[in-house]
Amino acid sequence: MTAKLVLENLKHKPMRSLLSILLIGVPVTLILCLVGLSHGFLEDSQRRTRGIGADVIVRPPGSTLLTLSGGISDKIVDWLGKQPHVKMAVGAVNQPVQGITLGATGIDLKQFDRMSGGFTYLHGGPFQGPGDVIIDQFYADQQRAHVGDRIVILNTPWRVSGIIEGGKLAHIVFPLGVLQEKTSHIGQVSQIYLKLDDVANTAAVVEGLKEKLPDYPIYSMAEFTSLYNVNNIPALREFIIVIMAIGVIIGFAVVLLSMYMAVLQRTREIGILKSLGASQVFILRIILTEAVILGMGGTVLGIAMSFGACWLIRTVEPASIPMVIVPFWWPIAGVVTLIGTALGALYPGLSAARHDTIEALAYE
Amino acid sequence: MNSGPIIEIRDLRKIYQVGKVDVPALRGVDLTVKPGEFVAIVGPSGSGKSTLFHIIGGLTPPTSGEVRVAGQDLAAMTEAGRTRLRKRSVAFVFQKFNLLPNLTARDNIAIARYIGGSDSKPEASFEEALRLLGIANRLDHKPSELSGGEQQRVAIARAIVNHPAILLADEPTGNLDSESSKAVLEVLRGLNERLGQTILMITHNPEAAAYGHYIVHMRDGRIIERA
Repeated sequence: MTAKLVLENLKHKPMRSLLSILLIGVPVTLILCLVGLSHGFLEDSQRRTRGIGADVIVRPPGSTLLTLSGGISDKIVDWLGKQPHVKMAVGAVNQPVQGITLGATGIDLKQFDRMSGGFTYLHGGPFQGPGDVIIDQFYADQQRAHVGDRIVILNTPWRVSGIIEGGKLAHIVFPLGVLQEKTSHIGQVSQIYLKLDDVANTAAVVEGLKEKLPDYPIYSMAEFTSLYNVNNIPALREFIIVIMAIGVIIGFAVVLLSMYMAVLQRTREIGILKSLGASQVFILRIILTEAVILGMGGTVLGIAMSFGACWLIRTVEPASIPMVIVPFWWPIAGVVTLIGTALGALYPGLSAARHDTIEALAYE
Repeated sequence: MNSGPIIEIRDLRKIYQVGKVDVPALRGVDLTVKPGEFVAIVGPSGSGKSTLFHIIGGLTPPTSGEVRVAGQDLAAMTEAGRTRLRKRSVAFVFQKFNLLPNLTARDNIAIARYIGGSDSKPEASFEEALRLLGIANRLDHKPSELSGGEQQRVAIARAIVNHPAILLADEPTGNLDSESSKAVLEVLRGLNERLGQTILMITHNPEAAAYGHYIVHMRDGRIIERA
């Protein structure tokens, strides 16, 4: 019966109810988008790194997961290629194109093909000359580029020689020497990928190389890809916590305002219920139930809107940070919202429960 | 039937504080009502009729005096105790009907029953009361779809659904035309005569007052006559 009364109250003022749900849903969407973008970025990076087909990665001294400070002499590439159990070593140059969300990689295509099994070309093929670029399908869609088109990257026009399937190495691929020259890193690479004779030797090779190159971060590929998590992105976890706190505050404020107005509008009805013998707990329960329903509606709408945001990002900027839907976060966002809404309903609820019955019945 | 009084009031006083001023609303009221009686209370505005109802109904505590309602001492009662009294022993019918506007007539009755502690269907005797009230075919309508007379009859049905010992009707015909007023008064009389419902009714209307077994006249916070 309580649920029926609450639902009828919500139906009685549909615009208020819908607006409240919408406003509660916005921070839910915000939380889910932020989490979806973080996970999307990390999963995409993991997938593209795994697609390289290497067993070990050697990074420049002082580099972090997201930054590559300085470079490695390409003589080390040759030296690494001669180490025990190392079948081949491939150096690559990385260059940000749009912050950390979009990067270009320079690679020796023949060596890379041997290591990874090669790109899958959807259109066109490998480089035909030094002015060529290979782009993946996401970037091609974003740029509306076709094979043979000229596109400007790093302030220089390039001819698209091939469009590859996404998910391997990078969205934009240049010949190694071209990108080294373009970025003034002649004779240097950003990181080195090693393919071993047997993946079972990975741990031993990594240990051996760490002894010989103590300043270089050297990881097995499994270890390196496992570093792609929220905790290793500087300030991301804190940022998510701040957004969640904002979600709680918005949910709190929206419900406080909405329920305060509702209690004011329903003063007489509260008086009627109390005249029928409704206790303060009963009145508080009605207000809290209504707030929880609004919170649940906001959560569901927020989840639905996160699907919309995901579609929008994939449609407008397919090669930027790919957003993914993370259902694991739905209950977390829901609990955050419900905490906010319950807190927001507490004051109006207590205020309603304490209404003087005679005054409430006289309220016009 | 228990022949002892269902309402027993001795030297009841109620003083409201308006700012720093004490405003006496009741100045020593004595009243005894036996079960099954239909009492009409009349008097000019400000005579203390509604305050007397509010105290008997447990909406506000007395300032002093003795008030026993359905065997319970209201003077010593807490807020929670008065809530229980409204839930089980007394029920109100108001001039403005005071139905919950978002619920149908049926749900208005059901929520009173739910608050009263029962979620089941009302007993057969209540069905008889509904027939007496003549609203059986109007139960699925919301208050805005009902006439004033129908709304008041729903309010009466809601008031009696939990079988209260006392029904307090505060000017139940005050917002009704003469035809609807007569119908509502006949319903109240029927409840009193057929079901033995104890009723106290405030009214300004002498014709309505005549429905009571006797009339209590109030003025300036006192009962001045019982006729």
